Amino acid sequence: MSTHQSWAYTDKVKDHFVNPRNVLREDDYEEDGKGIVGNIQCGDEMLVVIQVDKEAGIIKDCKWRTYGCASAIASTSALSEIVIGMHLDDAFKVGPKQIASALGQLPDNKIHCSVLGDKALRAAINDYYERSGQPEKVIREQSRIVCTCMNVTDLEIEDAVLEGARTLIELQEQTKMSTVCGKCKDEAETLLKVYIKKHFQ
Amino acid sequence: MTSRFVYADNNATTPLHPEVQKALIEALPVYGNPSSMHGFGREARSRTEAARETVASFIGALPEEIIFVGSGSEANNTVLSIMGCPATDCTCDRGQRTHIVTTTIEHPCVLETSGCLSGRGTPVTLVPVDEYGVVDAERLADSITDQTGVVSVMMANNEIGTIQDIKALAKIAHDKGAFFHTDAVQAVGKLPINVRDLGVDFLTLSAHKIYGPKGVGALYVKRGVPFCPLIRGGHQERGRRAGTENTLGAIGLGKAIEMRSLEMADEESRFRVMKERLKQGLVDTVPDIWFNGHPTASLSNTLNVSFAGAEGESILLYLDLEGIAVSTGSACASGSLDPSHVLLATGVPIERAHGSIRISLGRENTLEDVDYIMSKLPGIIARIRDMSTVYRRK
Repeated sequence: MSTHQSWAYTDKVKDHFVNPRNVLREDDYEEDGKGIVGNIQCGDEMLVVIQVDKEAGIIKDCKWRTYGCASAIASTSALSEIVIGMHLDDAFKVGPKQIASALGQLPDNKIHCSVLGDKALRAAINDYYERSGQPEKVIREQSRIVCTCMNVTDLEIEDAVLEGARTLIELQEQTKMSTVCGKCKDEAETLLKVYIKKHFQ
Repeated sequence: MTSRFVYADNNATTPLHPEVQKALIEALPVYGNPSSMHGFGREARSRTEAARETVASFIGALPEEIIFVGSGSEANNTVLSIMGCPATDCTCDRGQRTHIVTTTIEHPCVLETSGCLSGRGTPVTLVPVDEYGVVDAERLADSITDQTGVVSVMMANNEIGTIQDIKALAKIAHDKGAFFHTDAVQAVGKLPINVRDLGVDFLTLSAHKIYGPKGVGALYVKRGVPFCPLIRGGHQERGRRAGTENTLGAIGLGKAIEMRSLEMADEESRFRVMKERLKQGLVDTVPDIWFNGHPTASLSNTLNVSFAGAEGESILLYLDLEGIAVSTGSACASGSLDPSHVLLATGVPIERAHGSIRISLGRENTLEDVDYIMSKLPGIIARIRDMSTVYRRK
């Protein structure tokens, strides 16, 4: 049999899947912040915990648990590596694209797995701010989910426009929105016009 | 790299039987068009017709009742499309009854064709199944009206292996004046089948599930039952399926069937032993598992099992890294957002459907393969659960 020459995903995904980094195994881990997102019913659930250097505002350690497919496991593993040693402000901005690129890209239908990872991290950071008596630092995401299938928000659509998306097809390519059930297509086209006008006209 | 390969995904497709491979290679130079009157054509025709006789006799049919088609999906599309055709202005002798009755656990080629017809105005009723995937015969009977054209029920389910009492269901349909179709793609070559005994009007079978080539199947249409071609524009297959005959495919299917008739009888008990060893092995070594499908009325080669706290695609890919091929009912592996419609139809909770894998044995599998699977699977489940949000080591 010669089918084992290539794998279902990139070598980097395979590496993180086979040797996942920073899995939360201990029951008595003393976390400073904890976030859990997703839903086992949907097939993916991620838990991210962080320890923070409070003086420097830096993530000292990040651990996780994931229920999900290979790319979900690899995404959380890669995320944990990316954010350890990072300032909280920067870690808060880590997005799915960064995770996907650390994994050498993910198949289109797997992007949503990595969307969950950074959400869980932001939830953990906010949780840390709450616990450490800095509720004013909690950043509630003002965004609104437009595409519920792929978890794409209005802010992500705006980002895509800023990065050059001008048509629905380009928007679909960049954000993967409107590629599953298609219900958000009309709204996507409206927002596309709104953001193009806002930034470029 | 792994030291061993175990292909345990035989309900998806099967490796070519070495005898089929030989027959195909031998037949490759036969290029004549079976419709031609010259010697080249006559040779191709006689080879095709010999294959037709083999297929027919294997299921107790007449050769003229066998139509070669491109796939099981084509056969199923054909039956539903003609029996549920909403047109009333053509010369087809199907009659005016177009209502389709089928079940919630059919193959997508049946469900989607029904859905498409439904969109065009054909009434469709989906009959539910119980927790084991057995079709509710009473509900089926209640669903059939004087407008029902065809009742279509899969003989053995590809995902969970549950076997239906086709003979009884066909009788129910006939008693109410409806025709009966069974998708027997997973049953032919695994279970003894006689179309006269079953009393079915249509039966679908496919070559690549029984160690034959891909791209060829057959549709049994009982003599005297109304028919209308799905693919038009040729007199081939007695005008019932246009397109130059796939001589090579028919020869491959014929040989595959011939080999099944020699080998299938001994296989049943061998598979039972292997399946039992897998089940017992899992029960003994892995906590929090559920077997899906019927405990006894089930294909002996098919084992569908769900693991708490472990997602199916992860299980599939860790097994793949060990050289073991299985499939999963998880949404992730299918590229859709929903897990197996079959498992959900049996009332399996959605998270258990996500955590399911199907092991389907074939003629090449041995007890050593089973032991190899069992030497890897429990460790893989433990490893996945160890990093799962929802399952903690106890």
